[in-house]
Amino acid sequence: MSGAALRVLRAGALTTVQDLGRPGYAHLGVPRSGALDAGAHALANRLLGNRPDAAALETTLDGVGLRALAPLTVAVTGAPCAVRVSGRAVAWGAPVRLRAGAELEVGRAESGVRAYVAVRGGLCVPPVLGSRSTDLLSGLGPPVLSAGTVLPVGPAGPDPVRGVDVPALPGMQGELVLPLRPGPRADWFEPASIAALWRARFRVSPASNRIGLRTEAGARLIRARGGELPSEGMVLGAVQVPPDGLPVVFLADHPVTGGYPVVGVVPAGPALDAAAQARPGVPVRFVRAR
Amino acid sequence: MRPLVVGGEALLIELGSAAQVAALHAELLRRRDTGELGAVRDLVPAARTVLLDGVREPGALAERIARWEVPPLAEAEGPLVTVPVRYDGPDLAEVARLWGVAERDVARIVGETVFRVAFCGFAPGFGYLTGLPERFHPPRRATPRTAVPAGSLALAGEYAGVYPRSSPGGWQLVGTTDAVLWDPEREPAALFAPGVRVRFEEVAG
Repeated sequence: MSGAALRVLRAGALTTVQDLGRPGYAHLGVPRSGALDAGAHALANRLLGNRPDAAALETTLDGVGLRALAPLTVAVTGAPCAVRVSGRAVAWGAPVRLRAGAELEVGRAESGVRAYVAVRGGLCVPPVLGSRSTDLLSGLGPPVLSAGTVLPVGPAGPDPVRGVDVPALPGMQGELVLPLRPGPRADWFEPASIAALWRARFRVSPASNRIGLRTEAGARLIRARGGELPSEGMVLGAVQVPPDGLPVVFLADHPVTGGYPVVGVVPAGPALDAAAQARPGVPVRFVRAR
Repeated sequence: MRPLVVGGEALLIELGSAAQVAALHAELLRRRDTGELGAVRDLVPAARTVLLDGVREPGALAERIARWEVPPLAEAEGPLVTVPVRYDGPDLAEVARLWGVAERDVARIVGETVFRVAFCGFAPGFGYLTGLPERFHPPRRATPRTAVPAGSLALAGEYAGVYPRSSPGGWQLVGTTDAVLWDPEREPAALFAPGVRVRFEEVAG
């Protein structure tokens, strides 16, 4: 332990510690969890010369305020936002040096939802089952951030601070386009309903969270059969269709099993990262994945 | 056996019965240990399926698995854990009535059953245990409880389970255990992992 740490001054609406999550425990009922916008999380660590599995903060809409309790280097990625150090504007998407006692203020997201605040050395709260991620479905990992919390920072690794990279801005958010590979339960829906799925325009529902991106207002998928599906294993990006016919895209904190039929799967990568940044009301459509 | 490709890196294998799921799951574990299965991140059994997540070329893997001879599960296969239970659950009388037996006999019937953890879900460490004969499959409660105490031994349909922590639930509560079902600091974290056999032993209240 390096003794370095950050103190939380302003926790924000929903700020959690996230790394790559805890895959490999689904058979025990443990969700995979981890950063929702995996690309933005990876970028923040890369900028700082951290290992890809270093833990960072994931904010929701209104950022976070922190005080450095030692000299630290941080980087903010994900949702674009104003970043200030002790009142002075500094760069987003680039390493920023903080003196001991400096205040880091990560502002409200100008677009997108989730900003990532990484620190060189990574946050080193105690891991649970190999991960420091907060899992909001099952309550594993550190609690949601609250003011006054002190977050320990680990020692820096051998890689230097990189400084420049290509920060991917979240898409223009005009529309969220999700590639979908049909199956395993596409046969639970009317063929006409599947055909309509490719034409349908949904909107991101305000009920969306780290468990899933919920949709509203689009075409409703009509089941071709009655009865219930016995619960079965679920994957990241699975598009479940509950009885109301409105698709739900499973994100990192999704339950490991589910009983609603999965019409298709959105591959992990840029599309799910974009889903993590889509605000309520953003139009959503599905396109057939190659 | 019906394999279904799930996205680009997962395979869902649908089977006809819980017994077939248990047999295939055991075979998958054996072949994973010997390296024959290849890389797989998660092996998730469920009621009538096994999910293989984090695999390469799920279509080719499905063809390989379809050629396997999967032996039925031996009765004594899998580790056995014994869990002490006090039969003090608030639904004990209702379960006895549904089964047409005296309250005393619920402990005996449960105690004589060797259960098997078919799969986990709902919460970390919550195992769905099979083994009770069909005439002893009680329905869920008409109204779920908002808070079921941790350690409650509960029955619903073909399953028995123990709540690892307090949570809402609609199963019939017949008893309580002090056993720690889930402790992420422990190895293994879950007392009830898929494939584990379980006996409930009555202890005085």
